[in-house]
Amino acid sequence: MTNGFVIEPLSEDALLLRFGDSIDPAVNARVHAAARALRDAALPGVADIAPAYASLLARFDLSVWSDAADSAPFARISARLVALVGSIAPSEPSPLPLSRGERGSRGTGGLSPVIDLPVCYSGEFAPDLATVAAHAGLSSDEVVARHTAAEYTVAMLGFAPGFPYLLGLDKSLHMPRRASPRTRVPAGSVAIGGAQTGIYPGELPGGWHLIGRTPRALFDPQRDPPALLAPGDRVRFQAIDADEFARLAERNA
Amino acid sequence: MSIEIVKPGLLTTLQDRGRAGFAHLGVGRSGAFDTLALRIANALCGNPANACGLEITLLGPTLHFHAAAWIAVTGAPLPVRIDGREQPAWAPVSVPAGATLTLGAMRSGCRSYLAVHGGFDVEYVLGSRSLDVNAALGPRPARPLRAGDTLPVAAGHRRLAATPGWWLDARPWFDGDAVRSLRLLPGSQLEHLTETARNALFSQTFKVQSDSNRTGLRLSGPKLEFDAPIEMVSEGCVPGLLQLPPSGQPIVLGPEGPVSGGYPRLGQVVAADIPRLAQLRPGDALRFAPCAFDAALAAWRKREHALARLEAAIAKRLKA
Repeated sequence: MTNGFVIEPLSEDALLLRFGDSIDPAVNARVHAAARALRDAALPGVADIAPAYASLLARFDLSVWSDAADSAPFARISARLVALVGSIAPSEPSPLPLSRGERGSRGTGGLSPVIDLPVCYSGEFAPDLATVAAHAGLSSDEVVARHTAAEYTVAMLGFAPGFPYLLGLDKSLHMPRRASPRTRVPAGSVAIGGAQTGIYPGELPGGWHLIGRTPRALFDPQRDPPALLAPGDRVRFQAIDADEFARLAERNA
Repeated sequence: MSIEIVKPGLLTTLQDRGRAGFAHLGVGRSGAFDTLALRIANALCGNPANACGLEITLLGPTLHFHAAAWIAVTGAPLPVRIDGREQPAWAPVSVPAGATLTLGAMRSGCRSYLAVHGGFDVEYVLGSRSLDVNAALGPRPARPLRAGDTLPVAAGHRRLAATPGWWLDARPWFDGDAVRSLRLLPGSQLEHLTETARNALFSQTFKVQSDSNRTGLRLSGPKLEFDAPIEMVSEGCVPGLLQLPPSGQPIVLGPEGPVSGGYPRLGQVVAADIPRLAQLRPGDALRFAPCAFDAALAAWRKREHALARLEAAIAKRLKA
């Protein structure tokens, strides 16, 4: 352990910085702080810096990190990463987002702005809302109230381009995944899987419970940045009705 | 100049070296599975190493050339015919205007590559022209090629008047052996396998399942088990990662593998062996051999040096 993390080689050109082994908001905040430090350092030949719940993947260009003597690139890049990440005080988790132009954190007291996402929690958009309500012993309205009351953090993106895994789901709404996944989940579906909530950016197979749908496009490769949400961002859901969904969907089209 | 797809083959896609820098948004690398074969195809038609080519799977496409072109086909061996006449693979080949190129069924291996001088002139999406089939991400329409599609080719700065009649020996660059041995770096949960399972992993033969693809190769073999169940939170993945799902049958990730995953990790196929992994087809057998990081790096360097020498030799020969 170096200041609360370990570095482990994954492949010749990738390594993992591991800050813990559980889904824990404090650990995840440290992952995002480290990702930000590495991104800001703009190390040459570092192709990817990808945060997960409790770890960070760094992928580097072997030809840049090998020297003439062909000494171990892993040792060289590890030393740089330890120097950069080790300087982040572990006692001060700062849930900063990756720096992204005008959406940077300056002037917001170090916290990323909260992104409000409109979600329609009714009818065809919410095929599993009643199942989730029954599992939780709540009314459907109460499930929606609790889902919209919480503030979530984008722990990581994965599974598909732009799919955010959100931390902060009300404990009463935790629910095991479906026994058999759907082969097609509509784009924009807001779903619950275990202790997490997430949003399907495109039409995908999926085993989570669908409780609503957002008309916002989560991922568009023609847009910069392509993903609506970035690791570390904070998110809130706002309930809208089907008419508002149709209006927003048309505007986004 | 453009090329028209008469028949698409089984699965034919545009691929370059892949997409870096977007893993944090859930975007994988994609790119050619056998990067070695694509690089050599590019070298053989005078292209930069990162030019975009076609990745062809098991059964090749039929292509109509509206103008004369200079092409090369590498990777798994398959019949290459221009208007019915047999052409060499692993060689520069001149295609006359109006000709039809027919690529047949692969005799062994799984993926062939076609490069064309000038390169395919399609849009970059997030820094790459590669198609990610699963994510439907890549040059529009962002799907595998279909009959009737037309691919634009950028004007090259040189011409190949006639097929020169020399070709490379494919043997050092393509491995079609019946049982392939892949070197494996130790994964973080390898030591938690039962002793029996660990012995089996490095002594038994595994078979590639029919539902394998660019996302991953599903393997069947002796059932592998851990000493105790392992609960993991998702962490970053890269192509070549050998994971063990609860079924006890391992999966090796390909270039379209997920950017993160929560299955325990047994190991990582060494970079130098990824092109050989790419050439495994359903039904093929493979074995794993343990490998240390130093040895893996040495193998990668050796291969990169050999490839650089080959590229230089090809460039020299093309100038002659």
